[in-house]
Amino acid sequence: MTLLSLNIDWILLIEKLALIAIVVFASLGIALYTTFGERKVAAILQDRPGPNRAGPFGLLQPLADGVKMFTKEDIIPSSASKWLFILGPGLAMTASLMTCAVIPWGGTIELFGRTISLQIADINIGILYIFAVVSLGVYGIMIGGWASNNKFSLMAALRGASQAISYELAMGLSLIAVLMLSGSLSLGDIVKQQQAGWWNIVYQPLGFLIFFICALAECNRTPFDLPEAENELNFGYHQEYSSMKLGFYLFAEYINMIMSSAVMASLYFGGYDIPFVNDAELQTHLGNWVALFQVGTLLIKIVFFIFLFMWIRWTIPRFRYDQLMNLGWKSMIPLALVNMLVTGALVLLKMNNWHF
Amino acid sequence: MNITQILFWFLSVLALVSALMVLLSKNPVHSVLWLIVVFFAISGHYILLNAQFLAIVNLIVYAGAIMVLFLFVIMLMNLSADTEPQKNVWMKLAGTIAGGCFLISTCNIVYNAQNVSQEIAGKTALLNQGNIGLIGNLGKVLFKDYVVPFEISSVLFLSAMVGAVVIGKKEKSNV
Amino acid sequence: MSYLFIQFLDTVHQNNADNYLPIGLQLIFAAGFVATMLALSAIVGPKRATKDKLATFTSGIESHGDARQPMAIKYFLVAILFVLFDVEVIFFYPYAVNFRELGWSGFGAVLMFVAFFLVGFVYIIKKGALKWED
Repeated sequence: MTLLSLNIDWILLIEKLALIAIVVFASLGIALYTTFGERKVAAILQDRPGPNRAGPFGLLQPLADGVKMFTKEDIIPSSASKWLFILGPGLAMTASLMTCAVIPWGGTIELFGRTISLQIADINIGILYIFAVVSLGVYGIMIGGWASNNKFSLMAALRGASQAISYELAMGLSLIAVLMLSGSLSLGDIVKQQQAGWWNIVYQPLGFLIFFICALAECNRTPFDLPEAENELNFGYHQEYSSMKLGFYLFAEYINMIMSSAVMASLYFGGYDIPFVNDAELQTHLGNWVALFQVGTLLIKIVFFIFLFMWIRWTIPRFRYDQLMNLGWKSMIPLALVNMLVTGALVLLKMNNWHF
Repeated sequence: MNITQILFWFLSVLALVSALMVLLSKNPVHSVLWLIVVFFAISGHYILLNAQFLAIVNLIVYAGAIMVLFLFVIMLMNLSADTEPQKNVWMKLAGTIAGGCFLISTCNIVYNAQNVSQEIAGKTALLNQGNIGLIGNLGKVLFKDYVVPFEISSVLFLSAMVGAVVIGKKEKSNV
Repeated sequence: MSYLFIQFLDTVHQNNADNYLPIGLQLIFAAGFVATMLALSAIVGPKRATKDKLATFTSGIESHGDARQPMAIKYFLVAILFVLFDVEVIFFYPYAVNFRELGWSGFGAVLMFVAFFLVGFVYIIKKGALKWED
């Protein structure tokens, strides 16, 4: 039996593979330059020049950092569990690279007579998929911290995992209000609905705020960066790591940031929708260029959110652990529940022709 | 043999091998990780059966939540090599007998089901068709036909919460 | 089902397992990329292992014992409550998709569910299960 007898649409397979490769490498590239952006933003906020030696305006700095990280000595402590120690950063990075599969990066393009969707997989339950990948991201931290066999790492890993699972609940609850409005879990559908009407942020400002705070906590960003609290825990759950393994942990954080920005943009800010313009009408005039503009629009929205993340990081101090847990359990979860019920009641009232 | 069958056999072998590895691993953390692989393989099966919601919930709840709890429990235990408890031979024997009884009764149920019910005899599962596993249809069934069990499950959750707090939190006597 | 990947692009609302193949591809791609990078960097980097370098890092102080020791029960409690709440949150998703159709009766059912949820929640907080400073 030959492989060709399997009736696979090879062109589609290649198309999807190409799309996957482009999206993955693009997100890696953006993550690389987000590290640079982070340092520059920090420098501007602190009134200093920031990295400016490697290349013009220091633009080659992230490449230099990457090469350095890649060629460093790879240390595995003698008391660590070797395979789990390697698995930890691998899992963290793989999980963060998986999120981008369901995000619609743009509309459709026509190429060689085929209509190509700029979404890797438009599945029926896109949001739940993201939820699943986020919940699996905990393992990278936990396994890495435990395998290091260092008390500080273990403490940080337990803290990080507890924090991640606590905020996951509020995140899941805050999403439900959006889903009630859209009636679909597919991110593609949600973006298309926002193209036709108002963006969801108009209906769900509180839901967005909760989601944003939870995204900060899930990405371990300040003010929720307790797993990396260097004044208490040396360096955090990745303190025994070096070389590319450390690089993967740091990189995964930046990719998570990009992906959560993309999810926020898609859910609340119209995704690839170009504001004040009728995209469908534009497509008849400009053809494939519209898709490019749409990708550009989504990227601008993502960059805005990433800047917001950085701005918060260099402005707000870190929470204490009990404050963090109280905020997550006693404020975010009840607030998200109330938001969900109020949204539901209002939509039902409106459906039954109540005017208010 | 088409792709669905290839995937079916791949996922089945993956599930069985990882399930064996759960039992054979000496290190409990390895066991937990193999168990996660088992859940992934089972989710793959659910997707082949077009039970998409079940597949993703299996990942979120089992692989994402319950296994995190398992890892926490393992990390809570003292895992140094010198404190590893020595298992009693009689305990091992009792475990083998209990497991064997369970296996026999399971085989018996499957065998009888095939004989008794003509509907399922000699039939295979519907692959990649049927829409009952999609979230929309599932929600309709859950909130129309099964509202009462749904509410009862919330009482179950309540009792589970009480149980967790009673086990995990000791009342302070001197407050 | 042997026509996997055929007519794929029109399957946006034709929900079947084919939609998940790109995710499988991406998993293979991502895992392969990560494994390659880890292996390459391990080969490229220098290897000069010394005893001190391989010791557990504890800020220069000699380390006592290892990290394989029991941790605080509070984390366990958070994890078990997370499992319970997670399942409850999952129940809301099928509801959110159908809730216009289900109308007030469905809303009443969910309200009752949330009421039980909140009773448990208040109990947990009153018992101090989520209190960290003690």
